[in-house]
Amino acid sequence: MWQALRNELHPHGFELVAVGLDTQGDAGCRAFIEAAKPEHPSLIDRHHVLADLFGVINIPSSVWIDADGMIVRPAEAAPAPPPPTPAPPRVLPSGTPQRFVDIMAEAAKIRKDAQGYHAALRDWVANGKASRFALSPDAVVERSRPRDAAKALGHAHFALATQLEMDGHHAAAIPHFREAHRLVPDSWTFRRQAWSLEKVGDGPLARFWQGPDPDAPDAWPYAGDWLTDVRKIGAENYNDPWRP
Amino acid sequence: MLLRSPTVSRSEFEAGTGWQLKPEGACQGHVCIPLSQPAGDTIDVASVARDMGMPLVAAPEHGLWALGPASIGSRALASAEAPDLRLPDLDGKEFRLSSLRGQKVLLFAWAPY
Repeated sequence: MWQALRNELHPHGFELVAVGLDTQGDAGCRAFIEAAKPEHPSLIDRHHVLADLFGVINIPSSVWIDADGMIVRPAEAAPAPPPPTPAPPRVLPSGTPQRFVDIMAEAAKIRKDAQGYHAALRDWVANGKASRFALSPDAVVERSRPRDAAKALGHAHFALATQLEMDGHHAAAIPHFREAHRLVPDSWTFRRQAWSLEKVGDGPLARFWQGPDPDAPDAWPYAGDWLTDVRKIGAENYNDPWRP
Repeated sequence: MLLRSPTVSRSEFEAGTGWQLKPEGACQGHVCIPLSQPAGDTIDVASVARDMGMPLVAAPEHGLWALGPASIGSRALASAEAPDLRLPDLDGKEFRLSSLRGQKVLLFAWAPY
């Protein structure tokens, strides 16, 4: 979807730069990138530097940068381009664990404004600075994520956690992930990253369990988990509403 | 920003934090934070962190330090000028955001989990 949109807009001076936020790096991202066969830059961000540098707290999200290198829209939810024909509802195979059924049901409630977002994107690509969706520098700074000293400290703990994880010190990483979660409670990526490293079961879905192992619930090292945290805020509040 | 020592080169500091070290201080766009010591080729991270209000966390038993971002103006961005993001692709080749100057760029964050 994104690849087709990029190819359509590329002749009009537009480029897509995809960044995979995953401490597992190549091992986590390669299969997805190779399947997408991107013709645009596709990068790996093991420490989530996009969080430090741009205020990214969730995925999928985007930052728009104009031809002069100025940010014109700070980090915001970036829904996939609307498909030409509506996708049929996904049917889960029988025997799918109840947790995945519940996660899919919550995920279906996540609010997206793909029409509004993509109409704005096309308007910006066509009209540049004259587009009403290209925000002023002051508005960009003002709309970027709130960050105080406590959150900044949480980012430092997250960077330590990711490096410890990469160096094979998983147990040592956990307290730093926990600090990052406590100090930056609005970051979904800091939580989802850590939860995804606690694999439950085997196979490609193990990273998506994102919660306690039903056979050993007390071993779960984190305060929350995907299903509990999403239900707590309401899936419809998972993304901030899109603002023109 | 992850560090293996309490000092880093100027270019590593600039790439990791998005702040450019200039005679007037550490700058992003038109925003400059004065530094107590002029920045040379090697940066004493603790000193710059103090000047800029960046948190520094150490895990000395692992030989690691982490420098958190600035929180100037209580926002993630101090300036709308995009930092020169540097990240590797799947082949380990470093990409620089500034290489796309002249094109409109949509930086798209995704994750496989």
